[in-house]
Amino acid sequence: MTTMGITADFRLTRPGFTLDAAFTLPGSGISALFGPSGSGKTTLLRCLAGLECSDGSLTVNGARWQGGDAFVPTHQRGVGLVFQEASLFPHLSVRGNLEFGWVRAARQADWDRVIAALDLSPLLERRAPQLSGGERQRVAIARALLAAPKLLLLDEPLSALDAARKAEILPYLAALPRTFELPVVLVTHTIDEVVRLADHLVLLDAGRVLASGPLSATLSRFDLPAVFDDALCVVLDTVVGAIAADGLAELGAGALKLWAPLAAGTIGEARRIRIAARDVSIALSDAADSSILNRLPARVLRLVPATRPAHVLAELDCHGHHLVARLTQRSALQLGLAPGLTVWAQIKSVALA
Amino acid sequence: MNTEIWSAIWLTTRLATVTTVILLIVATPLAWWLARSRSVASRVAGAVVTLPLILPPTVLGFYLLVLMGANGPVGALTQAMGLGLLPFTFTGLVIASVIYSLPFAVQPLQQAFAAIDARHFEAAASLRATPFDTFRHVALPLARPGFITALVMSFAHTVGEFGVVLMMGGNIPRETRVVSVLLYDHVEALEYAQAHWLAGALLLFCFAVLLTLQLWRGRQP
Repeated sequence: MTTMGITADFRLTRPGFTLDAAFTLPGSGISALFGPSGSGKTTLLRCLAGLECSDGSLTVNGARWQGGDAFVPTHQRGVGLVFQEASLFPHLSVRGNLEFGWVRAARQADWDRVIAALDLSPLLERRAPQLSGGERQRVAIARALLAAPKLLLLDEPLSALDAARKAEILPYLAALPRTFELPVVLVTHTIDEVVRLADHLVLLDAGRVLASGPLSATLSRFDLPAVFDDALCVVLDTVVGAIAADGLAELGAGALKLWAPLAAGTIGEARRIRIAARDVSIALSDAADSSILNRLPARVLRLVPATRPAHVLAELDCHGHHLVARLTQRSALQLGLAPGLTVWAQIKSVALA
Repeated sequence: MNTEIWSAIWLTTRLATVTTVILLIVATPLAWWLARSRSVASRVAGAVVTLPLILPPTVLGFYLLVLMGANGPVGALTQAMGLGLLPFTFTGLVIASVIYSLPFAVQPLQQAFAAIDARHFEAAASLRATPFDTFRHVALPLARPGFITALVMSFAHTVGEFGVVLMMGGNIPRETRVVSVLLYDHVEALEYAQAHWLAGALLLFCFAVLLTLQLWRGRQP
């Protein structure tokens, strides 16, 4: 009888840093470890890989990797690892790199499927230094997958790439859990990557887990400390309803409709969007003379003091969806905001994930 | 040139070859350990390995002679094993040369191992390679330039040794009389013509080795 999911509890002391993190992650999909630099994201990932000797325990989809006296070494875990800068073996060709783990994992992985999924057939005979940054990361991901891992760990896999290369890799990453049916843990310090890729979110600060839960619910929690204040947002899964001649697209989630610029897209396509609390302001009437396009009638559900000084968070109901607005206490007082009040939510920007 | 010279050259080549082979076998795991470990023991070992670089060869030769001599612990052991005494034999010379040239093999290897990005080893472990497999198929190929330097330097340094040979090996024809010792003999006997031939040959050999190494390094990316 196996239990699906990842249960981890790590304790580790380094000079000037203590990691004390217990959390559970779903056994499938992408989980993001998110937090400021120095929060212990990478250390935590290394604990999952068995590269750090921490105290504690770790069970991955029923397999005990650490606990009590047991510590399964990295090479026996079946854990895929992709670093910030691809660490392809420079003495081997792309094919040699890919075969390294494939052969050692008894050729269990479906070679053709992985090569096709990451479009690598034109690159096989090249050497690592001849590849672009994006190509190197694709090879690194394929190399990890071909070793038939039970868990894939990605340590800031996009941060060394420019925007164009990032956009090139993102679809490959997003498709990983579904295509290869394995849990993925992603370390990132970019909220856009979290929203684009993750299903589950762990927020870390100073070596501790501050929150862990499904993406949308965790990002819209009102009790997050000030370091995550700017990350506070609502995530909506929308469908492209129309694309106007001026380049704006209408994104709909039920009755909620928003206009946002869409670089490339087709009608009917699903897009995940993020509305940051700091980008939502409130007016008592519909300010038709404003430059803000997305003005929606909403009802105030509750007001909570923000962790940021002199600010409050307002939770709004808008066509059945929740929005969060961050405004100053003074504004809230001047407008006389109170639960039940009907207002206009002005959404300054919509981030497409 | 006479047979005396050819015999000395042949002996020197044999000594340098055997020494280099043993050194590469001994120095590789030692250099790997020194490059990877942060323990106090490895720091101490690192200092001991480096000693022959700065120690006068006569000091080293003297202690080896005492250790391997009839009254030394190593000497007692080799006699008990029926091997006899090692000083003034080719075997004794090989042992002394290995110790004397150890830093010339260990240091380039240690630097080559240390220069490899640790992520390569972590990536290899994540790709199911055991630590030995990683050493064999990632560390060794990536340290190749270090091996070439270690090989060349060990060989050349053994060819060039003198003090240790004189202390440990003495001056026995075909057994321990290497080129540098023969040169010393000729100078002692005021046979400058023969001395010129040997000195010139050694100088040319050492320069050629170093030049080849420099040219090869210049071609490395």
